[in-house]
Amino acid sequence: MRRTSLAVTLGAIVALTATSCGDTTEPASEGDETSAEQESLVLYSGRNEELIQPLIDTFSEETGIEVEVRYGDTAELAAQLLEEGDGSPADVFLAQDAGALGAVAEEGLFDELDAELLDQVPEAYRDAEDQWVGLSGRVRTLIYNTDTVDEADLPASVDELTGSEYTGRVGVAPTNASFQSFVTAHREIEGEEATQTFLDDLAANDPQIREGNGEIVTDVADGVIDMGLVNHYYLYGRAKELGEDPAELNVANHLFSDGDVGSLVNVAGVGVLNSENPAAASLTEFMLSNEGQTYFAEETAEYPMIEGVEGPEGMPSLEELDAPDIDLNQLDDLETSVEMIVESGLVG
Amino acid sequence: MAVPLWLRAAAVIATLVAMLPLFYLIIRLAQFPLPDFLDTVFSARSARLALTSLTLTGTVTALCLILGVGLAFLVTRTQLPGRLILGVAAALPLAIPSYVAAFGWQSMNALINPGTSFEGFFAAAIVITSVTYPYIYLPVVAALVSVDPAQEEAARALGRGPVDTFFSVTVRQTAPAITAGTLLCAIYVIADFGAVSILRVDTFTRAVFTSFSMGFDRLGGVALSSVLLVFTLCLLILEGRVRRTGTRYSTMSGEGRARPARFSMGRFTLPILALAWAPVLIALAVPLSALLVWSLRGVSRPGSLGEIGSALLNSLWAAGLAALATTAIAIPLALWLARRPSRLARLLERTAYLAHSLPGVVIGLSVVMLGIAVLPALYQTMWMLTLAYCALMLPLALGPVLASALSAPPELEEAAQSLGSSPGAGYLRVTLPLMLPGILSGALLVLLTTIKELPATLMLRPTGFDTLATRLWTYTGGESYAAAAPFAAMLVLVAAVPAWMMISRLLKEVR
Repeated sequence: MRRTSLAVTLGAIVALTATSCGDTTEPASEGDETSAEQESLVLYSGRNEELIQPLIDTFSEETGIEVEVRYGDTAELAAQLLEEGDGSPADVFLAQDAGALGAVAEEGLFDELDAELLDQVPEAYRDAEDQWVGLSGRVRTLIYNTDTVDEADLPASVDELTGSEYTGRVGVAPTNASFQSFVTAHREIEGEEATQTFLDDLAANDPQIREGNGEIVTDVADGVIDMGLVNHYYLYGRAKELGEDPAELNVANHLFSDGDVGSLVNVAGVGVLNSENPAAASLTEFMLSNEGQTYFAEETAEYPMIEGVEGPEGMPSLEELDAPDIDLNQLDDLETSVEMIVESGLVG
Repeated sequence: MAVPLWLRAAAVIATLVAMLPLFYLIIRLAQFPLPDFLDTVFSARSARLALTSLTLTGTVTALCLILGVGLAFLVTRTQLPGRLILGVAAALPLAIPSYVAAFGWQSMNALINPGTSFEGFFAAAIVITSVTYPYIYLPVVAALVSVDPAQEEAARALGRGPVDTFFSVTVRQTAPAITAGTLLCAIYVIADFGAVSILRVDTFTRAVFTSFSMGFDRLGGVALSSVLLVFTLCLLILEGRVRRTGTRYSTMSGEGRARPARFSMGRFTLPILALAWAPVLIALAVPLSALLVWSLRGVSRPGSLGEIGSALLNSLWAAGLAALATTAIAIPLALWLARRPSRLARLLERTAYLAHSLPGVVIGLSVVMLGIAVLPALYQTMWMLTLAYCALMLPLALGPVLASALSAPPELEEAAQSLGSSPGAGYLRVTLPLMLPGILSGALLVLLTTIKELPATLMLRPTGFDTLATRLWTYTGGESYAAAAPFAAMLVLVAAVPAWMMISRLLKEVR
C-alpha cells in the first residue's frame, strides 16, 4: 500500500512539474520548486463524488493544481471540521447545504472570501460576512406521480398540504437539511406561530416520513406515495440513472406559485478554511467561473449563481420562478427550527 | 501461577484503546451545559426512542437466539441430511452488511408488491435478525463441537430423553458461548444504524446520527450516545450474572473423545429441513437477488474493473491490519482473564464492550480528537484508522480468543514452568499454540466485520482511500444503484470468505 501511495505521489509530482511549467497563477514565495509543491489543496466535499469529481478533474487539468478530495456526508464532515478546529488539514469545504456552512462559520473556522469574487453572486445567496458563498441553487418543489395525480389538484401553497384531501399522501424528509431551511424560511415569512401550526397540522395529516429526498422520489415513482416535498433536481438524477428523458418520467415537479415559501431557493456552497494556500482561492474562482457554473447547470440540473449562464433545461429561470423573497442569511437560526420540527412530532 | 506484569500491562493498554471513545464522550459532555444535557436526555422523545431501541433489541435478540441455537444444534447434533451444507450456508448471512440487506429487502418488496412500503419495526426486526443471528450461531457451533459429550451420554444413560438432555446438559455446557453470542448480538442491534435508517425505525442510534444533520448539533448527538452506554452497561451486568468467567469446560483426557450422539429426526425430517433452510435461504436470497435487479435496471456503470480491484485491495488491506492489530491486543487481555480473573481484569473486559455499542460516528470523532490533539502526524493515515477499528472490534476478537484461552489447560503452562521455562515463555510456547484456533476465529470475525464498516472508515480513512464499503456509499448516495451493485456483490463475496473459513474449520469436527 505504502508503495502504491508513493508511486501515486511520485506520479503526481512528475505530472505537476510537467504541467506547472510556465504556470504563473500565483506568485511563488521562493523559487519555482516550492511553487510546484504548494500547488495542491485538500478539499472536504459533502457533495457526491460522482457529481463533483469530473469538475475537480477539469480544474486540475487546467491549473495543474492537485486536489485531494475527502468525500463524506455534509453533516458528518461539518462535525469532523468542528472537531478538528484549527488543526484541520482541509483547505476548502464544499457543502450540500448552507446550514452546514453556517455551523462551520459560526465557530470562526472560515477565512473571509475575496470580495470581488463574491460580488458576482446575488447577496441573497452568500454569507453577509463573506464567510461562504453559494455555488448552485435548488428549488424546493412538490414532486408528484403523474399517473395517480392530476396537476390541477395540486395546491398553490405548501400550507394547503395539511388539508384533508392530502391525508397520508405527502412524503416529507424532516431530518433533511433542505427541509429544515424551508422551515426557517417559513418562520421568517409567516411567523413562528403560523409555522408551528403548519408543522403540527402536517404531522397530524399522516405524512409519509422518509430519510432523504431521494427516497421520496423513488417512492413517488413506485406509486407508494402520491407526492412529496423535495428539491427540484432529484427528478433529473432519476432520469439520468434510468437513461430517460426527464419529461417522459412518471414523476414531475410542481412549483408553488406567488412567491410561496414552499418554493424556496436553497444553495449548495463553499467556504475556505485556509486562505494562506492560494490554490483555495483558485478553486473557488473556478467553481464560480462560466465553466464551473455551466457544469452545475448541465450535469446536476441546478441553478447557476452568476449572470450569463443558462439555467437547467425544463425549469423556469430564477427570475421567472416567483421564488419567495428571502435572504439566506436570515436562515441561520436553525436551532429553533429543529426544535419546532421535533416538537411537531415529525421526527420520531 | 502468576500472570507476568508485562502481560497485564499489555492488557491495560488494550483496554485503553477500547476506552478512547469513552474518554471522548466524557470530555465533550463536560462542555455540554448540564440543563441542556438533561433536556436532551430526559425528554419524552428520549423515552420513546429508548423504548423502541430496547424492544427492537429484545425482539431481534430473542429471534437470533432461537435461530442461532436451533441451527447450531441441528447441524452438530442431528443426522439431518445435508447438515454440512446447511452449516456453511447458515454462517454466510454474516457477510451481508445490514444496510445492503435493508436496501435489498426494500427493492424486492417494491418489485413483488408494487405500491406497498416495506418499513417499520417488524421489517427492521426481520432484516436485522437475518444478518445478525450468525453472531450466536457461530460461537454455539464452536461450543457444541468442543464440549465433552460424556456428560450428555451420562444423562441419556440415566434415563433422560433427548430434549430433556439438550436443555439440562447441552445448553448448560454451552451457556458461556450462548451468552457471549447473545451479548454481541444485542450490542450490535443497539448500535445498528444502516438498517433502522433505511427501514425508518426511530431508535436511539438513529437519533444520534440525526442530531448531526438536524441543525448540525454535534454535542447533542454525543449526549444522546451516553444513553446507549447506559443500555450496554445494563446488558453487561445482566450477562455478567449469567456467565461465570474462568469456568473451564476442557478435559485433560488425551484419549480421542467420543462422538456425541446424533439424533435422528425420523418422520419430522422433512418439516425440520424446511424450517431450518427457510430462514437461511431467505436471508441470503433476498439481498442477492436485489443486487441482480439493480445491475440490470440502471444505466450507470462502475468506472472500471480497476476501480473495483483497487477498492477490493484497500478493503482487504484495511481489514487485514484491523484483524491483526485487534487480535494482538485481545490476546494479553484474554490470557489475564482466563488465568487470573481478578476484579480489575473483569472490569477491563467489560469496558471493551462499551465502545462497541457506540455509533461509528462517535468512535470516528473520538479518534479525530486524539489525532488532532496528540498525534497530528498520524491523522488520516492507516494508523489512526486501524486504531479506530481496534476500539470498535475488540470484543469481537476477545470472545473466541478468551474461549480458547479458557480451554487451554493451565496445567501445561505449570509443567513448562516446572521444567525451568519462564512464565512468559510458557505462554508463548505452550499456551499460544493451543489458542491458535480461537485466535484465528477472532481475527476472521474482525476481518469480515471491518470489511462491512462504514461511518468510522469514512471519517478516518486517508484522503482518497476508497474501500468497497465507501464506493458502495458513493454510488448509492448518487442514486446509481447499477454502479453500486458490483461493489455490494464484491463486498458480500469477500466477507463471505472469512465466514466460510470460520464455519468450515468448526464443521470439520462434525462430519
